[in-house]
Amino acid sequence: MGDIKQIFNKYPEAGRDNLIPLLQDIQSAEGYLSQESIVKVGSYLNIPSSKIFGVATFYNQFRFQPNGKYHIQVCRGTACHVLGSATVLQELEKQLKVKAGDTTRDGLFSIEVVACIGACGLAPVIAINGEFYAKVTATSLAEIIDTYKVKEEE
Amino acid sequence: MDFTINVNNKEFKATQGETILEVLNRNGIKVPTLCHLKNSMPTGACRMCVVEDENTGKLITSCSFPANSSMKIKTHSQRVVESRKTIIELLLSNHPDDCLYCVRNKNCELQDLSEEHHVRERRIRGVKNSEKLDLSSASIVRDPEKCVLCGRCVTVCEDVMGVACIDIINRGNKSIVGTAFNQGLNTSSCINCGQCIMVCPTGALTEKNHFAEIQDALNNPAKRVVIQYAPSISVSMAEELGMEEGIDINGILNAALRKVGFDNIFDSSFSADLTIMEESGELVQRITEGGVLPMITSCCPGWVKYAEEFYPDLIPNLSSCKSPQQMLGAVIKSYFAEKENLKPEEIYSVAIMPCTAKKFEAQREEMTQAGISDVDAVLTTRELTKFLKLYGIDMFNIQPELTDSPMGFRSTAGKLFGASGGVMEAAIRTAHFSITGKELVNFQIPQIRGLERRKETKIKIGDLELGVAVVNGMANAKELLDEIKNGRNDIHFVEVMACPGGCIGGGGQHIGTSEDQLKARMKTLYKIDENETLKVSHKNPEIIELYDNYLGKPLGHKSHELLHTKYKKREVMI
Repeated sequence: MGDIKQIFNKYPEAGRDNLIPLLQDIQSAEGYLSQESIVKVGSYLNIPSSKIFGVATFYNQFRFQPNGKYHIQVCRGTACHVLGSATVLQELEKQLKVKAGDTTRDGLFSIEVVACIGACGLAPVIAINGEFYAKVTATSLAEIIDTYKVKEEE
Repeated sequence: MDFTINVNNKEFKATQGETILEVLNRNGIKVPTLCHLKNSMPTGACRMCVVEDENTGKLITSCSFPANSSMKIKTHSQRVVESRKTIIELLLSNHPDDCLYCVRNKNCELQDLSEEHHVRERRIRGVKNSEKLDLSSASIVRDPEKCVLCGRCVTVCEDVMGVACIDIINRGNKSIVGTAFNQGLNTSSCINCGQCIMVCPTGALTEKNHFAEIQDALNNPAKRVVIQYAPSISVSMAEELGMEEGIDINGILNAALRKVGFDNIFDSSFSADLTIMEESGELVQRITEGGVLPMITSCCPGWVKYAEEFYPDLIPNLSSCKSPQQMLGAVIKSYFAEKENLKPEEIYSVAIMPCTAKKFEAQREEMTQAGISDVDAVLTTRELTKFLKLYGIDMFNIQPELTDSPMGFRSTAGKLFGASGGVMEAAIRTAHFSITGKELVNFQIPQIRGLERRKETKIKIGDLELGVAVVNGMANAKELLDEIKNGRNDIHFVEVMACPGGCIGGGGQHIGTSEDQLKARMKTLYKIDENETLKVSHKNPEIIELYDNYLGKPLGHKSHELLHTKYKKREVMI
């Protein structure tokens, strides 16, 4: 939590209008917004934590759980949508038993929905820790997830 | 600057800055509203109050739009009425169809609006939200499925109570009202005041109900079921029963409770007198022996929790006295139990309170003796009315009766607890007597009466000039508390009541309580004080008897054991 003080130091005369930049800085330093950091921001800016949570949940960019070891980005851009990325996301949520934005209990996988990752030719596409998987289907998705699970077990 | 505005082809006077809705209401035109809250910034969120401006051809929200002279308003044109009806149909599209089972059945703004707008079928079917019921709080139940997202609870919690434990979270059709990290109310900074319930148009916010436990106790022959009611109850129940606002129904309330089957009926105004004996004693002690000043009242459980969370530095300033509810609870399960040859666990003690936070207070660990709660169940004013209906009590045809003795007799000082400033006034009357040995010449202290949010005055008691302050509505208290924290030292005694107007405006009262009704309740309390002769707690014969037979003296050993407590800092997400 040493980092958070340094982030606060960047905003010496902090007011309400600094809320979003502050949250962005914390997320990029810690990967997500923890309960602890939201309460700290609250007491620094004198804003109730419920209000900060209200603001933060309004935006897609903020996460409230740390990313999984394998962070899965599901593209929901136009091309991917046309080729069935909604089903891909649904299937992924089903297989991992978590919703988009959440992290599995074992901390292995997290799901993030992104607008377009610029690989429309490969649609529908997902990226796991930056590695792209093209033309994903329900079956191939299960195989992909399995390879990571097997890798973990080894 | 005055001008006129054309409404439904008539010219109405308006002032600069006034909203269209204010002009309409003043002239007797009713426009439906949902998210609108008097005395708060309009949000225009629900769009129920739309009117048509024929000059611009636009539908505008009358609650938030300032009137101007160029407007030509139609309040009930076909377009307006249809638009309102569609909004209601959309609100109903994801609303559960369980009005028959809802606590707010026949007392619901959504139901009324839908009825007024002739909604006769479910034209739009939406996906129901599947948010879970929040039963975590000891006082308040949240049912997000019934929430219409008007945001009134959020506004009240922040603007009136200064707590802000809830906000609208998420976005678009995923929006819900929730706490930080969408956790239970019990871990939030919620002070259980219930003002959110008072403004909720539907059954999304209700008090936690204990009917079943009370009925079990009433049906159990081995239990002695006793009941006490708060000072404000008898003057604030009338609206719930459909009687004239503010009338005092003390006698028939006693009779009704006896008919239901409660074995003993006590008056919390009696224990308010007891609180005054202890609290004024504590005040005099703090002043003469150099204790922490100003002393702040601790009768209000909403305020006590607020202090534990937001002002832990001021906890030493809190009076160590328990509230009247808890004092009577403790005395019932000790003094009364001994007198009646009962074990404390053979008594089931119910309290009728204008307040939801009292439910929380009753289950606090500090409020127990050897693991037994001083008070077992708390009913709000609203719940009491429902309870009486269940037992078929006709409040219009019933002969008034008296409370039980001992602990049913009160002074008017105790009764004044129901209104903001009452605790202070009662305490000053007794403190004056204990310092000077003489009664006040004039018992009424008009400077600390009334609905004003903050009242301050100086009172001469012998050589001492006592500085006193009275605040109601937590957000107003905040300013004063900050002044005290920052070193203000001309005040000796502060009364804090969380709810606007004090207990008469409590979160357990009649839903839709208006300012006029608050005034009527207050007036009745003052009238009782004016008309009756026993105006001071220390002359209450039953109080004197209680000290002589059992407690000894105020702040004595027994008192400390039963009537006083300590509070400490509470860790919650603020």
